[in-house]
Amino acid sequence: MTGKKELAVAALRNGTVIDHIPSDVLFKAVRILGIESLGTAVTIGNNLESGKLGKKGIIKVADVEFDQATLDRIALLAPTAVVNTIRDYNVVEKHPVTLPDTITDIVRCANPKCITNNEPMATRFHVVSREPVTIRCHYCNHTVSGDKAQLH
Amino acid sequence: MNPNSLVSIADLTKDEILDLLKTAEYFERHPNSKILDGRVAATLFFEPSTRTRLSFETAVNRLGGRVIGFSDASTSSSSKGETLHDTIKMVSNYVDIIIMRHFLEGAARYASEVTDVPVVNAGDGANQHPSQTMLDLYSIYKTQGTLYDLTITMVGDLKYGRTVHSLIMAMQYFRPKFNFVACHELAMPDEYKRFCDEKGIPYTETTDFSPEVINSSDIIYMTRVQRERFTDIMEYERVKDLYNLHNSMLDNSKDNLRILHPLPRITEISYDVDANPKAYYFDQARNGLYARQAIICRALGIKPEEMTNE
Repeated sequence: MTGKKELAVAALRNGTVIDHIPSDVLFKAVRILGIESLGTAVTIGNNLESGKLGKKGIIKVADVEFDQATLDRIALLAPTAVVNTIRDYNVVEKHPVTLPDTITDIVRCANPKCITNNEPMATRFHVVSREPVTIRCHYCNHTVSGDKAQLH
Repeated sequence: MNPNSLVSIADLTKDEILDLLKTAEYFERHPNSKILDGRVAATLFFEPSTRTRLSFETAVNRLGGRVIGFSDASTSSSSKGETLHDTIKMVSNYVDIIIMRHFLEGAARYASEVTDVPVVNAGDGANQHPSQTMLDLYSIYKTQGTLYDLTITMVGDLKYGRTVHSLIMAMQYFRPKFNFVACHELAMPDEYKRFCDEKGIPYTETTDFSPEVINSSDIIYMTRVQRERFTDIMEYERVKDLYNLHNSMLDNSKDNLRILHPLPRITEISYDVDANPKAYYFDQARNGLYARQAIICRALGIKPEEMTNE
């Protein structure tokens, strides 16, 4: 082994690798991506060693490239995550996730008296702080930290 | 969505706040200007609030408009399971303005997004109640002659009291100084203290309703300490009388001091204060009429004609 460490999970030919996900939010990230309903090969690794995070999770999805909006939602839970697009075994694109200013319809408001929990409507949250991530309900103004946000 | 809707005090700029105060002042001098002739307002009170509803309905009536609506959700279609969305859509066909109170937080914001008719929030759960804030501001302005450079002491339930939170937001433009007086269980939330820090607004925080605090104040804003807010009843019994105001406590207070309270009061202001000229809470409630007349006119995009000539 010279320089390059052994890969903990097999390499992809085509698809997407989302790396540097904190271990404790890995499965929430899986839900956001809608991976449960995908038919293609998916590899999920968790508690892998990471210089940056101590322990990290990684998601590899063959033959799927997620749209930017979906990837940006990952930023809510895992602002450290890095997205790699793989084509023919090569990383053709690599960039950190970015949190949008407004998050629509993926987070459920934790306030039971919020209108969004009582009407058939989309939720909307505004990002009020990025480090640590804090979001505020557009309707009832309740705030919650990104890693504690309840997902639909 | 109508840009003249008023859902939260944070929707207003400093100039809009000052403009509303000017209009309120005009209506205090001319409370019966018939400028809403032919207009219909809906007062949709999904949660009963007699005081607020009467104030809004009086405001519309004195301006010559007409009112439809309900004062209790059990008499409306929402008791049959109709969504808020559908109720608002339906009512929008009939009226020029919707004034609504709802027990759910965010209801008015959502309503304002599903209709082109202006929506005025008359309270949504523990969230926002901007007309209360406007009447508080108008009361402060009227009694002090300015909104600038005032020391405002807030007493009682600073944790759940939405009126004090909104007042902090609204006062941000006017270089205030705040004293927050509350027990630990009902202390001002960090969020609002952080807001003050960010805006460079000085404040003190104390559990002691002391003579120093009282005597340095231009405004004392009293709120009710409610038993149901406490997880520990012993704690409630211990603190419930610590934040009561008695007339003797005002002996060395400033001449311009005025006592405000959003009402209803229970024991937090004793009756011997009522006769003191510094007691302003009943006049404060009357100011609600003028503040609401101003809010309604803004929502409808109407300015009293004579006002521009004055």
